[in-house]
Amino acid sequence: MNITVRVWRQKNADDKGKMVTYGLEDVSEHMSFLEMLDVLNEQLTLSDDDPIAFDHDCREGICGACGVVINGIAHGPEVTTTCQLHMRSFEDGAVIDIEPWRAGAFPVVKDLVVDRSAFDRVIQAGGYISAPTGSAPDAHAVPVPKDDADHAFDAATCIGCGACVAACPNGSAMLFTAAKITHLGLLPQGQPERESRVIGMIEQHDHEGFGGCTNIGECTSACPKGIPLDTISQLNRDLLGALAHGKS
Amino acid sequence: MTSNVSEQFHATGADIHDTRAPSGPIERRWDDHKFNTLLVNPANRRKLSVIVVGTGLAGASAAATLGEAGYKVKSFCYQDSPRRAHSIAAQGGINAAKNYRNDGDSIYRLFYDTVKGGDFRARESNVYRLAQVSVNIIDQCVAQGVPFAREYGGLLDNRSFGGVQVSRTFYARGQTGQQLLIGAYQALERQIAAGTVEMNTRHEMLELIMVDDKARGVIVRDMVSGEIQTHTADAVVLATGGYGNVFFLSTNAMGCNVTATWRAHRKGAYFANPCYTQIHPTCIPVSGDYQSKLTLMSESLRNDGRIWVPKVGGDDRLPSDIPEDERDYYLERIYPAFGNLVPRDIASRAAKYQCDDGRGVGPGGLGVYLDFADAISRLGRAEVEAKYGNLFDMYAQITGENPYEQPMRIYPAVHYTMGGLWVDYDLQSNLTGLFVAGEANFSEHGANRLGASALMQGLADGYFVLPYTLANYLADGPYEKVDDDHPEVVAARQAVEDRIAKFLAINGNRTVDSFHKELGQIMWDYCGMERTEEGLTKAIGLIRDLKDEFWSNVKVAGVNEELNQTLERAGRVADFFELGELMCIDALNRRESCGGHFRAESQTEDGEALRNDDDFAYVSAWEFGDEPTLHKEPLDYEYVEMKSRSYK
Repeated sequence: MNITVRVWRQKNADDKGKMVTYGLEDVSEHMSFLEMLDVLNEQLTLSDDDPIAFDHDCREGICGACGVVINGIAHGPEVTTTCQLHMRSFEDGAVIDIEPWRAGAFPVVKDLVVDRSAFDRVIQAGGYISAPTGSAPDAHAVPVPKDDADHAFDAATCIGCGACVAACPNGSAMLFTAAKITHLGLLPQGQPERESRVIGMIEQHDHEGFGGCTNIGECTSACPKGIPLDTISQLNRDLLGALAHGKS
Repeated sequence: MTSNVSEQFHATGADIHDTRAPSGPIERRWDDHKFNTLLVNPANRRKLSVIVVGTGLAGASAAATLGEAGYKVKSFCYQDSPRRAHSIAAQGGINAAKNYRNDGDSIYRLFYDTVKGGDFRARESNVYRLAQVSVNIIDQCVAQGVPFAREYGGLLDNRSFGGVQVSRTFYARGQTGQQLLIGAYQALERQIAAGTVEMNTRHEMLELIMVDDKARGVIVRDMVSGEIQTHTADAVVLATGGYGNVFFLSTNAMGCNVTATWRAHRKGAYFANPCYTQIHPTCIPVSGDYQSKLTLMSESLRNDGRIWVPKVGGDDRLPSDIPEDERDYYLERIYPAFGNLVPRDIASRAAKYQCDDGRGVGPGGLGVYLDFADAISRLGRAEVEAKYGNLFDMYAQITGENPYEQPMRIYPAVHYTMGGLWVDYDLQSNLTGLFVAGEANFSEHGANRLGASALMQGLADGYFVLPYTLANYLADGPYEKVDDDHPEVVAARQAVEDRIAKFLAINGNRTVDSFHKELGQIMWDYCGMERTEEGLTKAIGLIRDLKDEFWSNVKVAGVNEELNQTLERAGRVADFFELGELMCIDALNRRESCGGHFRAESQTEDGEALRNDDDFAYVSAWEFGDEPTLHKEPLDYEYVEMKSRSYK
């Protein structure tokens, strides 16, 4: 198939940036989306043009490094990571717009690469259980109901890609934050820090410039791991509980 | 096989011995060793600094634990966040000798299985320690909130993995690596918040700094600004993973590379057993020359799938249209006792032979069928879906084919590298002050790694071994401060800057990836599933020629002072050339078949790997030089009797 891509090109954080159009011929439908970009970059390199920078690593949908907005949708038309999207999802002759994540808290580094370090700082503000190495009791000392463990796992599958933020009209990272609150809050090991966790993470979330949540749900529909919207309800319950206990 | 043709490519030096190896009864060795290590007063720890490169299971757990203990830690990773390290992609599980199933497991049995599984090429003391601390790992991870699979009673579930007869594998659906890494990442972020660990993301280590024969720091490149930075410390830990990407196509992440360990090797660290590579039989085959990576599917598929090829090559009918009597279920035919469940290396080689003989299927004839038609008619589609649904979905997403209607196509792919930098019992390399953890070192797995043991080793090294052995080294510190204008620092920086300038100045006609793909093909053809004297000799010549062309004809666009992904790759590929050559020399020297190394000249009449314990029961530790020098570390087995395997 032959396609046209319009790609956001921006030399660095200070550059204004613009969309640039490139044509690709003989694209195989079995190529992954990122392999299509690889092929384009080979062409650009050989024609003395600057290859397009994009983040990617495992290319099997688990590391969370990749992610671009394709035709206005975070990760493109299938609900999956960009690396797991294949060209068979597009028609011959298609014109495809490719842009970086758009969010105030994710400044563009170059082309399609953005700075998502705000996510790490939200985790630093309480997204953990304090369990010093070597201090742990036997793993069977505290049984965990299977349902709780399964639900904690579902929330813990978040890959930190940032699609939720890119998809949200408010640029909110509430789904990312809620996934961690839910994962740790469902487990007995996570109880002692449950209230300080939600307060700390929300404070940091706001401090990073992420927007507030207005329950639109774009986040969960773009999430390649299907993190459910009700994790945000869980977060709100935890937050109310913490505030009611006078935490701040 | 009497003369050793490898000697035209290398010298042989004095034997090497692990001077930190413990003695006494094996079950007391680690405890005694720990008791004899020096302790550091908590008040003094903040004066001692450690650099940790890599944030996978080994690196993140080491940095978090050392930071928590009070040392000043600087951590580095090339990704945009420590959570992206490739440990995250491990699927299956993590072994631990908990014996929660009451099925006869024990520390001794895990030790025994691992030594045997490693084909008697790992050290007994190290493996025993690994089995011992395996139980602490599970406790630690549960305390951190890792959501392992549980039973209805609330206790942890286990499964049997990789052909062992006990159920000792803990798992979190098919995403165990992800959950363990997130646990270690969160522990690391907690220390970053506490100020004990300084995190440097998007920084790539490009040189090791040696001062007065001690590892004292690293030169790194800030991958966003291109700034070349110097970081010094009292000790350096490399936890930078394996080198499977020398093959270009592998199940590794795109960024996985050998540069950190190879730069250390060039500074004098011995590289051990580079030829030991693990090739996994059930991966999704290559679909075209644009292919950038290969995806692993769990081996559990072989429990119910039947592997076959058409009896006649070039049969382009739909597989479902090929009648039974025109199919060759070759594993069931050749290995009637084990059938489709023969070990990884046998299944992989058998697929290669079918394809070499022209009976392969799919694009390029590089695939064999894995057929669930019988399983679906026997168990029903619902049960097959319940067991393998996620794998079938993954296959359908990547290939666009429906595996419920047509058989899957599979082909082997490089998955893990057992070789790495040589370390002693303390995980210290032969360079004082340089410690190596996880897949980056060579120890524990011998010539072959068992399933669910990689995660175990990474976390054992980082949480429970390094914090003791590194403290023992740091107890003699702090060492004299190294200034940025120290001649060794200046020289290391200069070497990095010169190399980058050279890449940018060549301005040739070929892309970095085109060289990497060609190198990978040479490695796959001659240093892959089956190695021969003739093939390896040829490969060394091909690699040298290609390396020369690379250094005169590669095209690296852009400048250093920006995010430049081509420049990053050029540096990694340049090191893969040198590593690839050493892998071939190592494979040429090892005139036996063991674990992940199969020499066609060394097999039984049945085509089984034939080990040669009389001549090759040693670790090959290579010293860098114009011509590498081989140092042998003899291996002794006091507890596990050396035996060979049979699957007929």
